[in-house]
Amino acid sequence: MNESIKTTALFALVALLIIGTGLFQSWNAALGILNMGLISAVMALGVNLQWGFAGLFNVGVMGFVALGGLATVLISMPPVPEAWAAGGLRIWAALGLGAATLAIVIMVRKKMAEGLPRAALTAVLLIGGFVLYRSMFDPARDAIEAVNPALQGYLGGMNLPVLLAWPAGGLLAAGAAWVIGKTALGLRSDYLAIATLGIAEIIIAIMKNEDWLARGVKNINGLPRPLPYEIDLQADPAFVERAASFGLDPVTASTLYVKAGYGLLFAAVLLVILFLMQRSLHSPWGRMMRAIRDNEVAARAMGKDVTKRHLQIFILGSAICGIAGAMMTTLDGQLTPSSYQPLRFTFLIWVMVIVGGSGNNFGAILGGFIIWFLWVQVEPFGRWLMELITSGMEPGSTLRDHLLASAAHMRLLSMGLIMLLMLRFSPRGLLPEK
Amino acid sequence: MDILNALVTLANFVLVPALAYGSQLAIGALGVTLIYGILRFSNFAHGDTMAFGTMVTVLVTWGLQAAGVSLGPLPTALLAMPVGIAATALLVLGTDRIVYRFYREQKAKPVILVIVSMGVMFVMNGLVRFIIGPNDQNFTDGERFIISARDFKNMTGLEEGLAIKTSQGITVVTAIIVVALLFWFLNRTRTGKSMRAYSDNEDLALLSGINPERVVAVTWIIVAALATVAGVLYGIDKSFKPFTYFQLLLPIFAAAIVGGLGSPLGAIAGGFVIAFSEVTITYAWKKVAAYMLPESLAPDGLMQMLAVDYKFAVSFVILVIVLLFRPTGLFKGKSV
Repeated sequence: MNESIKTTALFALVALLIIGTGLFQSWNAALGILNMGLISAVMALGVNLQWGFAGLFNVGVMGFVALGGLATVLISMPPVPEAWAAGGLRIWAALGLGAATLAIVIMVRKKMAEGLPRAALTAVLLIGGFVLYRSMFDPARDAIEAVNPALQGYLGGMNLPVLLAWPAGGLLAAGAAWVIGKTALGLRSDYLAIATLGIAEIIIAIMKNEDWLARGVKNINGLPRPLPYEIDLQADPAFVERAASFGLDPVTASTLYVKAGYGLLFAAVLLVILFLMQRSLHSPWGRMMRAIRDNEVAARAMGKDVTKRHLQIFILGSAICGIAGAMMTTLDGQLTPSSYQPLRFTFLIWVMVIVGGSGNNFGAILGGFIIWFLWVQVEPFGRWLMELITSGMEPGSTLRDHLLASAAHMRLLSMGLIMLLMLRFSPRGLLPEK
Repeated sequence: MDILNALVTLANFVLVPALAYGSQLAIGALGVTLIYGILRFSNFAHGDTMAFGTMVTVLVTWGLQAAGVSLGPLPTALLAMPVGIAATALLVLGTDRIVYRFYREQKAKPVILVIVSMGVMFVMNGLVRFIIGPNDQNFTDGERFIISARDFKNMTGLEEGLAIKTSQGITVVTAIIVVALLFWFLNRTRTGKSMRAYSDNEDLALLSGINPERVVAVTWIIVAALATVAGVLYGIDKSFKPFTYFQLLLPIFAAAIVGGLGSPLGAIAGGFVIAFSEVTITYAWKKVAAYMLPESLAPDGLMQMLAVDYKFAVSFVILVIVLLFRPTGLFKGKSV
């Protein structure tokens, strides 16, 4: 079958699935799947850039997605002046001091010859810096967290338009990726995997515990939106009139309007990233990346700086994940650090890339849509299946109740099965790399 | 007296818990390191294998408890553990037959096997949640303490108490037995020797007539036993929650890598290095310092270096430091 016909057919299938959801369930659900599908596709593109282009094994996607979410808060929420007065400058000074200590230590280690004096100086600097840092940081943190703790207790953001948070989320993730890449890249593939897995957990731990930054597990609700609120639309007579002309009641019309608006915004971001990635894939840079992926030794012998290229692509891929994370938090309208689970935000994205076809951008996008669709629809399907299986059992029996209650956990099982079947029978994915 | 009190506090909050936790990590890391040595990939499904074994043990324990069977002061789970091991062995052998063998025959790259193990992880995770649900399960019974803090205070007349939980005692004793058995097996038996030969040099081992499928099968059975034992010990000591077991993957891998992947001795050392650093760095030292220092120098704060929630950061930092300065781990591991 022709390559482009296959691509078109598969994407038409995705469109059909979403339209089917609209017809048989509700258009709200269909648009919900479409929006999260778009976001998933962006994340899958990020992973595809790292794994498909360069063969970097990053299982810390969740951390970068979460950083994008954090950026949304830092950009769009109004600042809390009382908290800034209480300790805003002190806390940043403390963080600066911590960073300076690390920088000095790294410099000392570079400049001084190896030996006992260097080790001793490193230890003294690290311990001294840590004590000093904690003595500045702790009181500032306590002061900030004491400001109106029920609603605020954090520094707040910059009160900028929320759309700015998307590029900012990318930048924040890129910055983190730079630090991580500097230390962890160059490790062997499965060491890098464990390292990134750990970093993602650490980022989530920081977001859960540092209340002064983004309220931790107390969550932040009511993030500003780039689109009008449904309530305002329903109160707008012009909108109600137009909805009526389509034969829709105002409530449905307003939710559909907002969701479709998000869909357009996300689609625009996806198209821009896809365009850039297609161009880079077919550029000399993209060819070099694949050359490095396929034979690192040969690429090095040809004079390519493999470590630098790896760092570059690690940063770019993580930035894309950060953008997607910011988009997702904007869509949710709230930041809940405890909702970040590695199975959902790291490994599911990997399933998307593997199923779609690593190394092929359209494959990654396709995987993003299909897997997200299944992730959402497996649950009602599982419940239906369980009801079918248990229909013969007498109502109220323990086994029947257990099976019905467990239907929700069919998701992970089916994702794993899909991934294993793909890896076995079609290891290059639905749309293989050319 | 103050020094004794400080030592007892230290033992109570740092040494004893870290010893138990370290034993659990060490047994877990032994499983990871064996897979790496024989099958040559990092098994991401190990945490969920532990969860599966523990789940079966929990279910059997509940059955035994309902039937009125008990081990007296010891937890009934010990009696149920062999069933858990057998079920897990069947599961991993089946997984190997259906999933991993195909890639072994193809001589797939290790990273492909790691990705495959991610798929297996999903399936096992789903299976465990499907059968027992995602919630905390309590299955410990028997005597809670070997020595309770109050008894210790009465015995010694010290201000501070030292409590040793039964679970901690059992963990350490079981760990010693398991490790002794494993090393006896690897060093003294014919099968164990063939496993080590296969791990050192696959081609040479094949040439000398070692049956690779048999080596692999024995490895999986041992790994199933280690995973179940580690999981059950952790569950008795803390509690059983599938997600926690998934998260244990990180410290376990850190332990295996710090010790040197593929080196059983390294896995044990790594487990204790990780456990002791985690506990010491997240412990609030105020009480110990108050005993040790003169009153004028007594600290105001908790003297806790990191909040407990950052324990992952500790295993991670140790991992990175070891990898930067000694890339093959403390004991020379292998690199594929």
